[in-house]
Amino acid sequence: MKEILEILMNDARTTPDEIAKMTGKSASAVRSQIKKYEQDGTIVQYKAIVNPEMVEGNQSMVRALIQVSIVPQKDVGFDHIAERIYSFSEVKSCYLVSGSYDLLVIVEGGNIQTVAEFVSSKLSSMENVRQTATHFLLKKYKEDGKIFKVAPRQKRLNITY
Amino acid sequence: MGQKGSIYVARHVEELPPSGIRAFFDLVLGMKDVISLGVGEPDFTTPWNIREHAIYSLEQGLTSYTSNKGTPELRKDIVKFLAWRRGLVYDWDTEMLITVGASEGMDLAFRAILNPGEKVLVHEPCFVAYAPLVKLAGGEPVPLVTTEADGFKVTPRKLEAAYVKGTKALLLNYPCNPTGVSYTRAELLDIAAFARKRDLLVISDEIYDELTYDFEHTPLATLPGMKERVIYLNGFSKAYAMTGFRLGWVSGPAEILAAMTKIHQYTIMCAPITSQMAAREAIRNGMKDVQVMKREYNRRRNFIVSSLNELGLDCHMPQGAFYAFPSIRRLGMSSIDFAKDLLDKEKVALVPGNAFGSQCADHVRISYASSYDNLREAVARIGKYLEARRKQGLRGHIGA
Repeated sequence: MKEILEILMNDARTTPDEIAKMTGKSASAVRSQIKKYEQDGTIVQYKAIVNPEMVEGNQSMVRALIQVSIVPQKDVGFDHIAERIYSFSEVKSCYLVSGSYDLLVIVEGGNIQTVAEFVSSKLSSMENVRQTATHFLLKKYKEDGKIFKVAPRQKRLNITY
Repeated sequence: MGQKGSIYVARHVEELPPSGIRAFFDLVLGMKDVISLGVGEPDFTTPWNIREHAIYSLEQGLTSYTSNKGTPELRKDIVKFLAWRRGLVYDWDTEMLITVGASEGMDLAFRAILNPGEKVLVHEPCFVAYAPLVKLAGGEPVPLVTTEADGFKVTPRKLEAAYVKGTKALLLNYPCNPTGVSYTRAELLDIAAFARKRDLLVISDEIYDELTYDFEHTPLATLPGMKERVIYLNGFSKAYAMTGFRLGWVSGPAEILAAMTKIHQYTIMCAPITSQMAAREAIRNGMKDVQVMKREYNRRRNFIVSSLNELGLDCHMPQGAFYAFPSIRRLGMSSIDFAKDLLDKEKVALVPGNAFGSQCADHVRISYASSYDNLREAVARIGKYLEARRKQGLRGHIGA
């Protein structure tokens, strides 16, 4: 993993000047490298990871993991049908997986009905979709390596040899 | 007994110098919302697989004493690890003792080798415990003062100048707390040559060995003719972020290890079994996490040293550990006054240099075992402090 990317993936707020200090590179070299990453699509986006439970009035957002079995198409395999699915704005993530189903689709909606409606009217009814199984997320413990727990209090002594 | 109790305290203990900065430590410990760069331990929590192994051992009911020297399995694992990682070959049964932290190993070493009045060369600045432990063992520490001018390094010239008749051993800590100084193989060859010439034992405290950034760490005992005269101290605290487990080890010549084991069995019996179980997981499967933490420390090191120099606090580049040791000479105040004033005005804590040696009153130790958020904020506050002094017409800013 390239060092600049590793630093930004850990904390996207780190400024080019700070990265320069950390890595011993010049600030301008860091800036142009980041620009390159942004332009070639290596860096897709900068965003905060939010614990939805901590956000007031936002607790009604629901997420579902949907296992989708599909019939692959001649020449394009799974890609074409996957594209039709992931292009819906309700779909937050979409993965092709091995095993007893084909696509793992993560869908977000305002409430259970919205998500259920999306599955029945958009997803299940799609040509080449054989079967779906919907699992609503009940609680988020960890996402992208980050644990969703209020930070524990400082455990070390303030000063030691 | 109250105040009168002190008359019961043994004279040699009574006479141990109290740490000159105890009061400052108490002040920091009692304070809330301090940004502390004064902590001498990793900010990482012990990796989960290691903690999980400790928990599992408790679930299995492993709560007994172990062999005095530590469980054979752990000793064998460490011996295997040292051979693979460092090319260091020891016998697991006669040359390996599991201790309660490297600190216990240090104490055992001095007690096992020193006759009353025998001298030990101790470099300064250094970790606070060495000289008192030499004294408690009946020996006499001989200071070997290193200075900023030579990058706080122990050199053959310094060694020769500090050497006195009756010196039995040399204490060497690298990478060094508080300076971060470490030594290349070539530099160590010179130190080893001196030890052989003067027929000295070397107590080599290499607890920070995995946190060496600019070159490969070379254990002193791997150099020609040194294994027979090196007492090698290491442990799990720093590399694996396991300070609270209190687990270390000592290796060295079998006769010396046997003597140390004798003291260990009467005073400690054995290191705690839960920690020994955790340590097995660390030594077998911990290297990936060690490397992740090391990369992170390295970035913080570069960040803090470059930030301090920008602020006008001259700071050499430490080669290991997680400390920077900048000079505050240009402020024209003692490090204890600076530390108190900075704590008072900006709530940033660091350790005054005189904790680590009589000649270090114009340095402070800054620990970068702290999150970037803390380091950034601390640098900003120190900058603010220096700027305020400049405005008051006091010394302390670049160009002042």
